[in-house]
Amino acid sequence: MGAALFIEQSLNGLQLGVQLFLMAAGLTLVFGIMNMINLTHGSLFMIGAFLAAALLARTGSFVLALLIAVPATALAAALLEAAVLRRFYHRGHLDQVLVTFGLIMVLNEIVRMIWGPVPVPMPLPQMLSGSVTLLPGVVYPSFRLAILGVGIAVAVALYVIVAHTRIGMWVRAGASNRDIASAMGVNVELIFSLVFAAGAALAGLAGIMAGPISAVQVGMGEPVLILALVVTVIGGIGSIKGAFIAAILIGVVDTFGRVLLPPALGSMMIFMMMAAILAWRPRGLFPVHG
Amino acid sequence: MKTISLAAAALMLSATSTFAQEPIKIGFISTFSGPSGQLGQELLDGFKLGLKSVGDKLGGRPVELIQGDDQTKPDVGRQLADKMIESDRVQIITGINFSNVMLAVAKPVLEAGAFVFSINAGPSQYAGKLCHPRYFNASFQNDTLPEAMGIYLRENGLKRAYLMAPNYPAGKDFLAGFKRTFKGEIAGEVYTAFGQLDYAAEIAQLRSVKPDAVFFFYPGGMGINFVKQYAQAGLKDQIKLYGPSFSMDQTVLPGMGDAAVGAFVSTFWSEDFDKPASRKFAADFEAAYGRIPSPYAANAYDGARMLDAALQSIGGKIEDKAAFQKALETVKFDSVRGNFKFNSNHHPIQDSYLAEIVKDAKGRPVMKKLELIKAEQADSYVGECVMKAAN
Repeated sequence: MGAALFIEQSLNGLQLGVQLFLMAAGLTLVFGIMNMINLTHGSLFMIGAFLAAALLARTGSFVLALLIAVPATALAAALLEAAVLRRFYHRGHLDQVLVTFGLIMVLNEIVRMIWGPVPVPMPLPQMLSGSVTLLPGVVYPSFRLAILGVGIAVAVALYVIVAHTRIGMWVRAGASNRDIASAMGVNVELIFSLVFAAGAALAGLAGIMAGPISAVQVGMGEPVLILALVVTVIGGIGSIKGAFIAAILIGVVDTFGRVLLPPALGSMMIFMMMAAILAWRPRGLFPVHG
Repeated sequence: MKTISLAAAALMLSATSTFAQEPIKIGFISTFSGPSGQLGQELLDGFKLGLKSVGDKLGGRPVELIQGDDQTKPDVGRQLADKMIESDRVQIITGINFSNVMLAVAKPVLEAGAFVFSINAGPSQYAGKLCHPRYFNASFQNDTLPEAMGIYLRENGLKRAYLMAPNYPAGKDFLAGFKRTFKGEIAGEVYTAFGQLDYAAEIAQLRSVKPDAVFFFYPGGMGINFVKQYAQAGLKDQIKLYGPSFSMDQTVLPGMGDAAVGAFVSTFWSEDFDKPASRKFAADFEAAYGRIPSPYAANAYDGARMLDAALQSIGGKIEDKAAFQKALETVKFDSVRGNFKFNSNHHPIQDSYLAEIVKDAKGRPVMKKLELIKAEQADSYVGECVMKAAN
């Protein structure tokens, strides 16, 4: 592998990593704070992509589609939470898995009823449809660079909010020990509603950015959800920092594993890595709960 | 005496008329849910349109269509088939889109004495050693389209091909089919995880190898991801993409958009076939469902019309299994695909074409038929089949 190819593959790994991080951030906070396993997170990714594709077809503006679809996804998530999920916080994990798994199928069918069975077109924004020469011999699609930039910006913003603001302090308190935080006067229910909507907005954002490079189709969220769950578990449930490091690690290991190893082994790499990390640190790399 | 014979005649008449009124029962097992759910819908839409074009009757008898969703799972398909055979008493099972489901379903259906009539799945086993008097495949055998593309690229002097497919049985079959006829240098043969989302790493490797052509088999969303990312990497105009029609037909082309334009496929049918039956089908389909049909739908449409033609020739008497088998073997109908006839292994002999993905007048990507690759192409397994007598 030459230097140019190595740099290109490293960028591919990083870019996959930040995309996974956008998905995993919401998942890990919801799990960390309310102890809620939310499998519909992948469906929110899908809903974001479909809404943006529909808006893009209607308005022709990618920026406008992004600006409307992200809050709309958060709104859809808030409705979902108020209508169904709220009733399951205090039930066991098995009940939560069953209800959210069922919701995946319901949401898939609703999306199929609205947008039909055939995948929906979502072209690249004109401005980002070309490639950029980063170094001599290293040509990289500009849309993927944009994803990389947005992902890093969101990660920094999340870090600042969670580590340096009052709301972030409540979120951390809720994630560390919900009962004590509640006793200390933190309104955990409200914090949770906010975190749930914010997590959904991030999932929607991830879906919108994945739309132009992948298939906007029914069920597109499920494979992403599996990877995001792996990120959450490796990073430590409830930890933003853990999710970020685990997502980058998985992005890079998966990218290089796929091209350097035989296919069967390459596609297993991230799961073998997960097993190794959990054997070493059963609560993930950066556990939040004492 | 006269009254008796009159009564007998009346009885016979009423017997024939009730027989004629009794519906033909067809079990339609396909994938209607999950990421591949559109494939089942595409087949069902085509099949229903085919039935409609012959007056919603098969051989003059009404049709009862019993649907089942196999969820792409062989065990679910098998349970559905058992139920349809035992409680619904279906006479034909059709609709199956995945070969692994077909392999699980065909055996119990054939053992129960019913017909298997495939309008899509074409596993090699039933074209070869397992061929059966009551198993018919009206669509294709899995290997034939990749073989056709191999012939085309070999005959056009292409030297180095790079092959890509998902790592599952059909992916390996398709690349093996291509290699069987291509014979040139294989610059790389890459199997990716089934359902992979991001192909950036594989595309970067491909770019560094610089092949003359890429032959790929990625059905469904995998294909959309691959083709879009290939175009975004700037390779679309440098190294041409080739595939079987399943990689780039109307089930995925709307999602691919411009990224697919300029790629080539091998196919038995395309949207622009200049033949009255095909033009009527394409127009009726778009009017009924608001989208352009794919070869899946065309095969399903043909399937329904083929059943009607065969049953017409024996007065609708599907209960006479030997006669129905003979009727299907020698069936004559107006296929949207052009030349069609059954080989001795009950799989098609039909023409394969090269088509290019272009934009139509409304700016939608479609297949444009270019040249005939091979007339009357048969599959590679017919030699292994010893067709037994009807039972």
